Amino acid sequence: MTDYPIFEHDVIVIGAGGAGLRAAIEASANGVSVGLICKSLLGKAHTVMAEGGMAAAMGNVDDRDNWKVHFSDTMRGGQYVNNWRMAELHAKEAPDRVRELEAWGAVFDRTKDGKILQRNFGGHRYPRLAHVGDRTGLELIRTLQDHGVHQGIEVYMEVTVVSLLKDGGRVIGCLAYEREHGRFRVFKCKALVLATGGIGRAYKITSNSWEGTGDGHALAYDAGAELIDMEFIQFHPTGMVWPPSVRGILVTEGVRGEGGILKNNEGRRFMFDDIPDNYKNQTASDPEEGWRYVQGDKNANRPPELLTRDHVARCINREVKAGRGSPHGGVYLDIAWIKEKLPNSVEHIKKKLPSMYHQFMQLANLDITTTPMEVGPTTHYVMGGVRVDADTQESSVPGLFAAGECAAGINGANRLGGNSLSDLIVFGKRAGEYAAKFAQENQAGTINKDEVAAKAKAALQPFEREGGENPYAIQHDLQELMQANVGIVRTQDEMVEALNGLDLLRNRSAKTFVPGNIDFNPGWHTALDLHNLLIVAEAITLSAIERQESRGGHFRDDFPEKDPAFAKFNFAVKKTEDGAMSVSRIPIPEMPDELKQVIEEMG
Amino acid sequence: MARATFSIRRGGRETAELVDYQTDVTEGMVVLDAVHQIQAESAPDLACRWNCKAGKCGSCSAEINGMPRLMCMTRLDTIDLTQKVTIEPMRAFPPVKDLITDVSWNYEVKKRIKKFKPRKPDAEDGTWRIQQEDVDRVQEFRKCIECYLCQDVCHVLRDHAKHQEFIGPRFLVYSAALEMHPLDTEDRTGDLKDLFGIGYCNITKCCTKVCPEHITITDNAIIPLKERVVDEHYDPIGKLVKLFRKEKG
Repeated sequence: MTDYPIFEHDVIVIGAGGAGLRAAIEASANGVSVGLICKSLLGKAHTVMAEGGMAAAMGNVDDRDNWKVHFSDTMRGGQYVNNWRMAELHAKEAPDRVRELEAWGAVFDRTKDGKILQRNFGGHRYPRLAHVGDRTGLELIRTLQDHGVHQGIEVYMEVTVVSLLKDGGRVIGCLAYEREHGRFRVFKCKALVLATGGIGRAYKITSNSWEGTGDGHALAYDAGAELIDMEFIQFHPTGMVWPPSVRGILVTEGVRGEGGILKNNEGRRFMFDDIPDNYKNQTASDPEEGWRYVQGDKNANRPPELLTRDHVARCINREVKAGRGSPHGGVYLDIAWIKEKLPNSVEHIKKKLPSMYHQFMQLANLDITTTPMEVGPTTHYVMGGVRVDADTQESSVPGLFAAGECAAGINGANRLGGNSLSDLIVFGKRAGEYAAKFAQENQAGTINKDEVAAKAKAALQPFEREGGENPYAIQHDLQELMQANVGIVRTQDEMVEALNGLDLLRNRSAKTFVPGNIDFNPGWHTALDLHNLLIVAEAITLSAIERQESRGGHFRDDFPEKDPAFAKFNFAVKKTEDGAMSVSRIPIPEMPDELKQVIEEMG
Repeated sequence: MARATFSIRRGGRETAELVDYQTDVTEGMVVLDAVHQIQAESAPDLACRWNCKAGKCGSCSAEINGMPRLMCMTRLDTIDLTQKVTIEPMRAFPPVKDLITDVSWNYEVKKRIKKFKPRKPDAEDGTWRIQQEDVDRVQEFRKCIECYLCQDVCHVLRDHAKHQEFIGPRFLVYSAALEMHPLDTEDRTGDLKDLFGIGYCNITKCCTKVCPEHITITDNAIIPLKERVVDEHYDPIGKLVKLFRKEKG
């Protein structure tokens, strides 16, 4: 048996996006030794793609804003199946976390009186998103990265975790390999934080990078943790649809926040056609009022383009299916029209949406200051993830914590734009703090060398099967299967078909073959990722079959209405003794009276 | 459907060769798409870095027909496809495998630059007041996606390998972002002069030309930094005057 080198830290954090970096910084600030593992180079995580901003009720632009409004907006957006305690903590703590970033060097856009500027976004009643043009995620990750490197955090770049390691019931480390030479490494710790992001690569059309393969979801599941809310997938309404090779790349909601409107091929502004009842009294009655809102008129209601993402995505889907779409199967998103309202619109658009201008110019050869964009829904975010305690972010497995997109609870059935970046820093900090506390209160466990050897051997299998399956082909088929059968609009029959398809893919994935040597071999990495994607895909499908209603990011054609009975619990999946996936209902605890009162007050 | 030939560096740290691959080209494709197609069709072990595929993470830097570019932002219809298209790794860093280079030096350099040190908060609630016009310049620098193409093209690093004495355009921009940050109180001019080799830059502006974020590296970052270094370290009278002004202000 090979002895793999062991790296030991009090706390190991897996994932170096916003949540992972924030967790590592906090744990380190609490005086423990921290190792931060990331699949890519530091500073490249998917957080850099976040464009619009981070939601925090600082009230810099509209002083009517406060944590109570933010809390009730988040709960309404999540259709009340959120973990209300997480939504409360998030709304209360986000402002301090944003200000802290400024103290660490972040340079936000400013108000006229020199404060951090905040912008409008879908589902937020007041301008709430602290931002830097349309590259807020980059600002966040760079600020944390540059702050973190001076704190003595040990960073392990281009290292991929294969499995968590346990001692008894507790997580005490993980087995990983470094990508350059494929060499295995054992990381030993007293507490471990998962901050691995999303699962977008389970779908064909996605805004996610190759890294979004649900690693943390699968690692936690295999270690015995529960995943909740997996049926709730956010399809962002506006991804690029042309050219084909960039299909899915995100077009920030900030375009609509700055006045962009959605039109079908008849030139009709179709978002006015269908406004959900629970948003009627918050939505503009005509285009004029909508424009006044984006210009900061406090007496105006928001335009229907800024309704929640699940709703906007379905409206776009409806227009395309009805034959009213654009030539490449999307609809039109028009920001150029504001030239009717603003004399300097070209400069204004370039200043407010520089990355979007750049992205369309370069990739689609299209000038957004003069021409409408073609956009359509793209898999963007998973509301579901590891079930955690709201205050500590600890999972049901001792020593295992999770934060950011791979954790669940705050968003319920649908996440509001801007609540992700703030989620990362609020709960990243909490996860780091409580993981450090756990590490200080517990001793290191014992690594089971036989378990390590067996897991390493299994990971090397794809090199040994001459003439097996091409892992890229299996990944491709899985993405097609999920896109076609468990997408924006779902039915029982299609999802059962997906489950059958997943069985076949699981069999194929056990026979993958990769040629070449082990050094930086992307074929091998793809083969190993399949395990994670298959778990995630099954979890989504099983949970979606169980939820026989439509709510937020989960829409059933066979159950198109919301059913109050389903508001009382979340679905959880868990690995059973025999290795199969089970689904159960977890009742949502009664909300305390003071929070109920907040929701009533806010209307 | 058109087919094109891509000549891609294959090999490890020591030895390598250019290998030709053919693949189909469809409308709107970028170089990274071609590399991915080749991986899926004929070279599953072809190594390249990439993440966002939208020009925001700066992972897929390479030299395409000899030009430092992001593979994800280089459209095939901007390249002559009747000729072989060469794709090679950045040359200013040691090769690791295929298109991947060892960029760890950059991370080490960054650690050596003194961190952000803000002045005391302006308001009682611990926050600051800053005007937008005072951060416009710094925001330009902070657009940097750390693709290191500027480092790759800089002749001080690329041709003369002065990695030990010179931090390169990326970290001059980084230093400028800190030095010109309206809240920052640290002084890095001594380090820039003595440790970071700012004098090596002779303003050929190659870095500015390749920057995918269109940061005016030389004019807006490096030249003003050079002036600060001169003011602080080679102009004793000016320094006295400034000191006097600071005390008054």
